[in-house]
Amino acid sequence: MSAVDATVARSPFPEEVPLSKRGPASTRTVVGFGFWLFLLSDIVIFATMFAAYAVLSGQTAGGPAGIQLFDPGHVLIETGCLLASSFTCGLCALASERRNNAATYLWGAVTFLLGASFIALELSEFARLIAAGDGPTRSAFLSAFFCLVGTHGLHVTLGLGWLLLMMAQVATLGFRPMVVRRLFCFTLFWHALDIVWIGVFTIVYLGAR
Amino acid sequence: MNEYAAAHDRTPGAEANDRGSVRRYVTGFGFAVALTLASFWVAGTHTVWMPGVPVLLAVLAIAQMGVHLVFFLNISSGPDQTNNILALAFGIFVVGLVVFGSMIIMTNLNANMMSMQQLIQMQR
Repeated sequence: MSAVDATVARSPFPEEVPLSKRGPASTRTVVGFGFWLFLLSDIVIFATMFAAYAVLSGQTAGGPAGIQLFDPGHVLIETGCLLASSFTCGLCALASERRNNAATYLWGAVTFLLGASFIALELSEFARLIAAGDGPTRSAFLSAFFCLVGTHGLHVTLGLGWLLLMMAQVATLGFRPMVVRRLFCFTLFWHALDIVWIGVFTIVYLGAR
Repeated sequence: MNEYAAAHDRTPGAEANDRGSVRRYVTGFGFAVALTLASFWVAGTHTVWMPGVPVLLAVLAIAQMGVHLVFFLNISSGPDQTNNILALAFGIFVVGLVVFGSMIIMTNLNANMMSMQQLIQMQR
């Protein structure tokens, strides 16, 4: 028996057990960390689109610039919807960890409605731009804009589908550890999208020149 | 807060944690709302010196991202979070490299590019 093993055997405190002797982490920790890595790589994808937008935002090809197209009031309501839904989805996950059916459905429904309002507002803005002839084909600036904001919107839409799926799983499977873990991952996804949106409204909408 | 009372009966062990989590979310939400409103105010006001606006917006955005990470994603500098922090640091590094690298390279190319007139003359 090596010296380290002897220490481990005598030690009453788990903190003194070296990392290599502690065995695998709990499934929750492993899943959470793996999903965290996925979120960071997703944020890197958004970074490439932010880079494209930063490079192309001045290339309007004689068309309208951002400051003429965007309505700050509209964006403020969108931002409010997404921020509030981020808050309520956290409450939904907390309720699911307490195995509280009513609260899980309530906060899940509120999250879905707020997220859907966000998407509806974004689509109405896209429709307004395209109807006015300022679609993604108008200029490099608008291509980059639709690419960045559209990808974020697509993520939110997929997230809404995921939320519906999770509510269906809570209804059919109940609060199994697997279901609670998935809902926890959904929360992380939703919060990450809100962090990306902070970048979008600061750089694209408020930073428009 | 009725829905929480029922849960406390079933899981007394998690009581303190649950309440702490809800309070953490409420605090974070308050900070996030304040920072968002500040961003929109700064962008629309003439009180702030104009060239300072982009800097102020950047500071407010980074602060709000920090608030979301700490209060919503529960990232901390604790010893049990070393892996999360390391991954986050690498993520931020790559994001910075991609965004600022592209901007520097493209600005440089743009500045060194010949004007259309010169290009046409060279082809004669």
